[in-house]
Amino acid sequence: MDWHILAQQLVNGLTLGSIYGLIAIGYTMVYGIIGMINFAHGDVYMVSAYLTAICLAVLFSCGIDSLPFALLATLVAAMLITAAYGWTIERIAYRPLRGSNRLAPLISAIGMSLVLQNGVQLSQGARTQGVPSLIPATLRFGDEETFVQITLVQVMIVVVSLASMALLHWLIGRTTLGRQCRATQQDRRMAAILGIDTDRIISTVFVIGAAMAAIAGVLVTLNYGSFDFYIGFVTGIKAFTAAVLGGIGSLPGAMLGGLILGLSEALFSGMVNTDYKDVFAFSLLVLVLIFRPTGLLGKPEVEKV
Amino acid sequence: MPEQEPLLDIQQLDARYGAIQALRGVSLRVERGEIVTLIGANGAGKSTLLMSIFGDPRPSAGHIRYLGRDITGLPTHAIAKLGIAQAPEGRRIFPAMRVEENLLMGATPLGMQHIDTDLIKVFELFPRLKERRDQRAGTLSGGEQQMLAIGRALMSRPQLLLLDEPSLGLAPLVTQRIFAILGEIRATGTTIFLVEQNARQALKLAQRGYVLVNGAIRLSGSGEELLANPEVRQAYLGIRA
Repeated sequence: MDWHILAQQLVNGLTLGSIYGLIAIGYTMVYGIIGMINFAHGDVYMVSAYLTAICLAVLFSCGIDSLPFALLATLVAAMLITAAYGWTIERIAYRPLRGSNRLAPLISAIGMSLVLQNGVQLSQGARTQGVPSLIPATLRFGDEETFVQITLVQVMIVVVSLASMALLHWLIGRTTLGRQCRATQQDRRMAAILGIDTDRIISTVFVIGAAMAAIAGVLVTLNYGSFDFYIGFVTGIKAFTAAVLGGIGSLPGAMLGGLILGLSEALFSGMVNTDYKDVFAFSLLVLVLIFRPTGLLGKPEVEKV
Repeated sequence: MPEQEPLLDIQQLDARYGAIQALRGVSLRVERGEIVTLIGANGAGKSTLLMSIFGDPRPSAGHIRYLGRDITGLPTHAIAKLGIAQAPEGRRIFPAMRVEENLLMGATPLGMQHIDTDLIKVFELFPRLKERRDQRAGTLSGGEQQMLAIGRALMSRPQLLLLDEPSLGLAPLVTQRIFAILGEIRATGTTIFLVEQNARQALKLAQRGYVLVNGAIRLSGSGEELLANPEVRQAYLGIRA
């Protein structure tokens, strides 16, 4: 095993893991606050990939030639529109079912996922779409034969992901809104008695989750360049795995789970076999659930009565 | 002088949990500055009454007026903003939050502008909470959690404080301490509506009381009258008539 392959896979794994972590945040926060798995979340991520392509196309056709500006504008637009999707989905598919049997919103989520996939397929076509490589800059370490290659986009992915996670961590841990989110998560009825509009907080959580998925969607589109209406499914399942691995309901857990899943997938691909990387990823999940059912950072509440 | 509206005026209130009717035609009043207590056995509907003041469960019939305004249909969070606070059954503190964060949550209806002075007031009332302000609330003892629940309710500067069995599960000395503090809270101008099973202490503290039996008001009167009432003595004070 050459060091450069190992190093390359670490870089790739870190990139992939950051993306999983960003998407996992949406799963873990929604689960934390209303106890449901939002199966439409992966498709919200998929929508943001399409938005990225559309925004870039619109900006470039308007004659905007500053790439940093175009990227920033695309990121902001994708986050806003995707957040609107998240808000709307909660409003029409989950809120009317609140207080009903736990299975009902789950089925509604699967339905919402199908609606998004088929809606995008109908409006955008079933073909794989692409965005040209906009940022070709690449760093290389090593000699001609053995080198490690890090693209600027990979650096952006890791930096933007970590910055977003840090910002979110601060928001949840230190601000009034974050405290209200945590209170609603721990005891929704009590939160309402204290004057918190819990419906508004739940909407906010969906908006935050969707905006994080949009960041992932923009970054992935810049990195891989191609996508179709079905990418939300596999990536969504992986991010969900990351959330469970880290301890569903735990924000740092989602980030950690994403990184571990990304790194182990990349290392397994590089060192053993690419075809079985998913088997490896899900086996890891099974093992963690056997030996630590609450995930790595999820812990049962310590409470005195 | 025009007659003042009672602070809280409940009329002919019915509430149900599914098929079970928990409250039947309950009417009671709480005037400004009073401590009013509601005593009754387990399952009589005391907690249901306090929760239905906050619209959860929604009353199926009857009216709740606060300062003359009908609040029966308002959403729970909107009721909190009118100046009513509750330390509910089971305390319901946020176990994973620090003590200070729990108190800050209580200030939600006011926003953050009075936080510092109000924290000082609560810490004066409950010095124990000050010592433990950075501790996770779930690690507090039962008595400390009760103090936290009351302190949190006070952070919204309520005109009306609803307390659900603050003595439940506490040692007699801690209970005495908490009842003494309720007297201090009333002295600052906060009206208290106290639900209790500990009838003796509650009736000694309160100006007026109501007795709830099977979801309906059975008796009412001043604290002293009820303490002397043979039915109350036998059923709630354990004294043979």
